[in-house]
Amino acid sequence: MTPYQKHTLLLTGGIFAVLIIASVVGWALKLRLAPERPHSVIDNLNARVKAWWLMVVVIGLALLAGKGGVIVLFAFASFTALREYATLVPTRRADHWVLLLCFFFFIPFQYFLIWIEWYGLYSILIPVYAFLVLPMIAAVRGDVRNFMQRSATIQWGLMITVYCLSYVPALLTLNIPGYA
Amino acid sequence: MSLAADLLAGVITGFTRVVTGAQARWIGCGPTAIQRIYFANHTSHADFALIWASLPGDLRVRTRPVAGADYWEKGRVRRYFIHEVLHAVLIERAGTTRTRDPIETIVAALEPGDSLIVFPEGTRNVSDEMLLPFKSGIYRVACRRPDVELVPVWMENLGRVLPKGEVIPVPLLCSINFGTPMRLVPGEEKQAFLGRARQALLDLAAAARPQ
Repeated sequence: MTPYQKHTLLLTGGIFAVLIIASVVGWALKLRLAPERPHSVIDNLNARVKAWWLMVVVIGLALLAGKGGVIVLFAFASFTALREYATLVPTRRADHWVLLLCFFFFIPFQYFLIWIEWYGLYSILIPVYAFLVLPMIAAVRGDVRNFMQRSATIQWGLMITVYCLSYVPALLTLNIPGYA
Repeated sequence: MSLAADLLAGVITGFTRVVTGAQARWIGCGPTAIQRIYFANHTSHADFALIWASLPGDLRVRTRPVAGADYWEKGRVRRYFIHEVLHAVLIERAGTTRTRDPIETIVAALEPGDSLIVFPEGTRNVSDEMLLPFKSGIYRVACRRPDVELVPVWMENLGRVLPKGEVIPVPLLCSINFGTPMRLVPGEEKQAFLGRARQALLDLAAAARPQ
């Protein structure tokens, strides 16, 4: 067994062991302390453990599918995160094209660059080009109300929900000796 | 209703659900099959689609939006859409040139028992105000048909998903909230009623927003 296989096995085994212990503990607690009635703390704990199972299974499947699977999964995560973010922040009608570009250009293009492993561009696409272009497009629409605030909010949303998240699948492109 | 228009209606409501992620919240009443006038805030063309998408199928076929003829009668695409797909009741908004009183049109449309969707602001709101002043039409309809209950409907965020003049929607999350039905109180003055209806919608908006 190569060190790579050994470590993968240890990691997966460890994760499953922790989850199984957590599930058993949650189940036992429920049975001992609150059988057949709601208990906010225990139910909350059990819901979280279930969510972790789901996350582990989804990420596991994505990893099994290879680089493409992981990239698609994280592109989707970026999309939903940016969606939640943009729903909450105050944008104006003049930001419509900016938001469209964020959703339909910067998310797919950023993850495409990671797919083709063009480090030189994906490392600066959002912090340089999006930061320059998006405020320009907003300015062209002629609405100057809260302009700096709007630009900054959208830029940082894009930074956190797309740029930062996209570095997780980008880790797969690292060339670590023995773990190719 | 033709099959193509039926399919198109299904595509639009499905698409609206996916883009907006909207869940209908029946806060003040349930989705029951009684005759109603839904009155809603108007910020986007998607308003029609979202109200429609959030009504159960049996209610949807009996609910018709009220729209401005001056806008919707222009061009073949708009005409097909508004007549064949949405089955809208078209009213003439411009007072000087109209040949038919819009109130008569609306009252006639209530006759067979269908529910209606109206936007009492009269046009899509592009201002920074939450809600424009109401036009008097809703009062005049209520005077003619005091038996039909009026349900306030507040839609959050749709004006940002598809603002006036835009074609491609941004997939932000929206919500649609149905409030407590109201009726005209006998002897109620126009301004009092319009103020009460507008306040009901604003209260619903405040209740629907996360604190």
